[in-house]
Amino acid sequence: MANVLTAAPHSEEDVLIEQMGYDDHFHEHHDGDKFQSNFITTYIFSQDHKMIAKQFLITGMFWGVIGGLMSLVFRLQLGFPEESMAWLKPVLGRWIEINAETGMGALSPDFYYALVTMHGTILVFFVLTAGLSGTFSNLLIPLQLGARDMASPLLNMMSYWFFFLAGLIMFISLFLNTGPFSGGWTAYPPLSALPQASTGSGAGMTLWLVSLVFFVVSVLLGGINYITTVLNLRTKGMNMWRMPLTIWAFFVTAILGLLSFPVLASAFFLVMCDRGLGTSFFLNEIFIGGQALDHVGGSPVLYQHLFWFLGHPEVYIIILPAMGIVSEVLAVHSRKPVFGYKAMVFSILAIGFLSFIVWAHHMFMSGVNPFISNFFVVFTLIIAVPSAVKVFNWIATLFGGNIRFTAASLFGIGFVSMFISGGLTGIFLGNSAIDIQMHDTYFVVAHFHIVMGVAAFFGMFAGVYHWFPKMYGRFMNETLGKLHFWGTMVGAYLIFWPMHYIGMAGVPRRYYRFDTFQSFSQFDDMNKFITIAAIITFGFQLILIINFFYSIWYGKKVTERNPWGATTLEWTTEVDPGHGNWAGKLPVVHRWAYDYGKDGQEFISQITPLKEGETNDH
Amino acid sequence: MTILLVIISVILIAIIVVQIGKVTELAAKIRGEEEMQYEVNRSQGGYMILFLVVFLVGCVVSAFYFKNYMFGYGPHTPASEHGSILDKMFNVTLFFTGIVFVITHILLFYFGWKYSARKGRKALFIPHDNKLEIIWTAIPAVVMTFLVVGGLDAWNEVMADVSSDDNYLEIEATGFQFGWNLRYPGADGLIGEKNYKLISSENPLGQNWKDEKNLDDFLATELVLPIGQKVRVRITAQDVLHNFYLPHFRVKMDAIPGMPTYFVFTPTKTTEEYRQELKGYPEYNVPDPADPEKMLWETFEYELACAELCGRGHYSMKRPVKIVSQEEYETWLSTQSSYYFSNIRFKENDPWTDKLFNSEVEKKKDLFTTAFAVENIGKDLPVEGIRFKGDKEVSLTGSSKEELILLADMLKGKSGSKVKLSVTVPSEDNNLIADAEGKANLIVDVLIANGVNASQVEVAPVSVAAEDNTTTKWVFTLLGAGLSL
Repeated sequence: MANVLTAAPHSEEDVLIEQMGYDDHFHEHHDGDKFQSNFITTYIFSQDHKMIAKQFLITGMFWGVIGGLMSLVFRLQLGFPEESMAWLKPVLGRWIEINAETGMGALSPDFYYALVTMHGTILVFFVLTAGLSGTFSNLLIPLQLGARDMASPLLNMMSYWFFFLAGLIMFISLFLNTGPFSGGWTAYPPLSALPQASTGSGAGMTLWLVSLVFFVVSVLLGGINYITTVLNLRTKGMNMWRMPLTIWAFFVTAILGLLSFPVLASAFFLVMCDRGLGTSFFLNEIFIGGQALDHVGGSPVLYQHLFWFLGHPEVYIIILPAMGIVSEVLAVHSRKPVFGYKAMVFSILAIGFLSFIVWAHHMFMSGVNPFISNFFVVFTLIIAVPSAVKVFNWIATLFGGNIRFTAASLFGIGFVSMFISGGLTGIFLGNSAIDIQMHDTYFVVAHFHIVMGVAAFFGMFAGVYHWFPKMYGRFMNETLGKLHFWGTMVGAYLIFWPMHYIGMAGVPRRYYRFDTFQSFSQFDDMNKFITIAAIITFGFQLILIINFFYSIWYGKKVTERNPWGATTLEWTTEVDPGHGNWAGKLPVVHRWAYDYGKDGQEFISQITPLKEGETNDH
Repeated sequence: MTILLVIISVILIAIIVVQIGKVTELAAKIRGEEEMQYEVNRSQGGYMILFLVVFLVGCVVSAFYFKNYMFGYGPHTPASEHGSILDKMFNVTLFFTGIVFVITHILLFYFGWKYSARKGRKALFIPHDNKLEIIWTAIPAVVMTFLVVGGLDAWNEVMADVSSDDNYLEIEATGFQFGWNLRYPGADGLIGEKNYKLISSENPLGQNWKDEKNLDDFLATELVLPIGQKVRVRITAQDVLHNFYLPHFRVKMDAIPGMPTYFVFTPTKTTEEYRQELKGYPEYNVPDPADPEKMLWETFEYELACAELCGRGHYSMKRPVKIVSQEEYETWLSTQSSYYFSNIRFKENDPWTDKLFNSEVEKKKDLFTTAFAVENIGKDLPVEGIRFKGDKEVSLTGSSKEELILLADMLKGKSGSKVKLSVTVPSEDNNLIADAEGKANLIVDVLIANGVNASQVEVAPVSVAAEDNTTTKWVFTLLGAGLSL
């Protein structure tokens, strides 16, 4: 479809690379390709970044379905507390409590909180960190930089398998007798540190900690690799200012991860000490279960500092890759250079830097000295400036374009809408005075689900539809993609928009039932509505999954290298590149990544040399 | 069966989805992919505009529909002094973000429609525009500065602690799994010390009874506050994190074990006033589902909730909150009694057994004066505090002595007044009986040493309790009242 707009001869790239390319003698050293010699090294313990990307993506999809289904179960409880959930007993077992007299089945509060906790942990870490950044950093960093593979394919493979291990342990914790951890994805002590505080804080918390420590290892191995590759393995001519915005986003994301995840690990180790070794890092003067504990002198607030020192960069670790993908997708499909490339880069850098000095805006109401909050308010609201610049630049990218509506570009536009809606409510919450009332209400739930949940998913979907041809040599079905887009776009707003109103009415989040409080129990109809919207929206994701797996084997075949008419290097490889990505020499880069519509040409690939007298000023 | 049905329906849906996909691809092949793409662009551009209109209209309509439920609007003007500052900040932010929201969405979807690819059109080549970029960096920066300044001004005003010359009421809220303990300072206006190691079923907060500030503190089951009174809530937790949340007052602060926090606020609307405001709105003129006899506005109560996940009962940590007039508050205060005097005094852990407090002396005097009357002859006297200390050298506790001296004062010089001391021991045990006789002598000695004539005190023989009892009981009975026989 799109290729009609780009009638480039099939072999033009080959000719250019052959004539001007850079010979790194790759194939002389890798004869026979010992990396991909059998089934196991090709599909399981693969060191090829493209296969690892697919592994991250499909594992992420698996967790996305699990995490999504969990949210449906607790939404059913919230929306329809008076309906029996006995029919879920075959799946959920003991966690559905049957009332002996009425025969009514209800989710137990313990399991409700366990589901909420698992939903958050899985979506934040396994889906939107590993599934998003893991997938596209792996796929695109070598391909768009003109590298044969990551700097260390072995560490890259280990990164995936540590993620897999983390997932496995988390999955096992779902089947524990006492249930998985149930103290919220932030795992604040003392609730998380004391097994007697809740059933999920026993073995469930132990496995949660172990799982996430492995996850941190995975992120660090991946991050070191991404950074090294971006710094060292760019092909000839690919200076930093010629990198596509995707790479800039993945690069900064990896730096954020590398600097912040170790702090999370340290917090986890200290929690482990408090749990197992009798230390008092986070515990102080606690009387629980009829017993006064010996722990004194610790501070639960210290944990929150450590956690959010990761936790805030983490939301940018989630959203930056989505921003990078959307910048690229919007430019390609509107056939225009991304507007203000340098401003976009500086925004990413500014956001990355600021993300480290705003963490305590999650803690305005945590009992920290109110004076300290002044600084965090200032830095937090400063983030609105680079974020606003990015939004305006995306909109300006569409202006005057020749937009091709594909599933990818639709999700790109949807991302911008979600990022605006969710970002603007951040201005309320980042202002500590307003946060007094809004903190931990449904307003917060609406805010972060839209801005880092739905928006990041939209970025991910845009990426999946856009680079699917590169991954599998086939297209995903466009009509189903558009159906998926509109269903998700409308559905997501129907789920999360009303939550603003509920939050503004003061209803706190993480409530198992609302009928204890008169003030909070006025939204029964709205809760039903949200639950139904969530079920339908989840149903639309099944379209994506079916489309994805069907298209892997039966999708329309990609017949030419550059189906979207894009300038970046990944489209100069063969349709289905083998290990090492380019069959012969490596491409050499002559221009930035966004020469769309320049000099009356549809697009000019990065490997095309500058014409006489042509400047590459942008 | 349900599982099977679910699986079958998923498979069916999958088949339908795949078929839709196939059909459209086939159609594209027949009609030419290029043509098809332009047609798709047209229709998707149309959907963009449709979505934009429905979305923006939907936002406005739904906001108006729910207006009277949201805080800061309709009847829900804040019930505290600082609340209106916060609500104003919210609305100022809403104004600016609302403008940005509408403009950016209109541009986004309008451009989507306007610049969808058509045959023969080419995209513009505009890589950047410094002037534009400076403008749209500067505008958010200016707006943010404005919001930061306003926000911090409000924040520092609202979060300011009380100063020493303020007239404020300090109360304490302690979160536990799953509820709140509310402690009032009593007449001295000061909250006593507590220590988590002292917590027990008799002492739920771990109050240190040696601290005299604790003695008049009382625990309440609901938070009752007088209107217009500045209140400083000292917020603590017993086990895990909780959050002291008063939605109608815009009050929220974490409760942390071992680290007290605080929030200062002044209620400005009584519960009754709030009800009257709700009455004016149709949303609250519907029957309360919990009490269908009454309208929602009639059953309205302020509520205290927990806003920090604290375990399985997090959603149930409710305490009612009542804002009342000063007079009603004082009436309520008079019905509350000190936890120490109702539950701890003269019990095992009472550290003050060596004396009577002035208030107790006054009370005792009044009781004795009333009791020493002719019509009370034959009745028991209100002597409650006979206790001994020491194992080898047994002696009366200080408070017992003081009470006996008060009794002696009633008898002294009034030969017509006479009392009988009887003692009941728990079981037929010679040691116990001998011990009781000895102790009775100690009591009589105190009375005589304080001016009572030996003939005014009759000591009855030791009796044994009919039913199993664990303690020895001392009873004074009035035998005569008056100046002379």
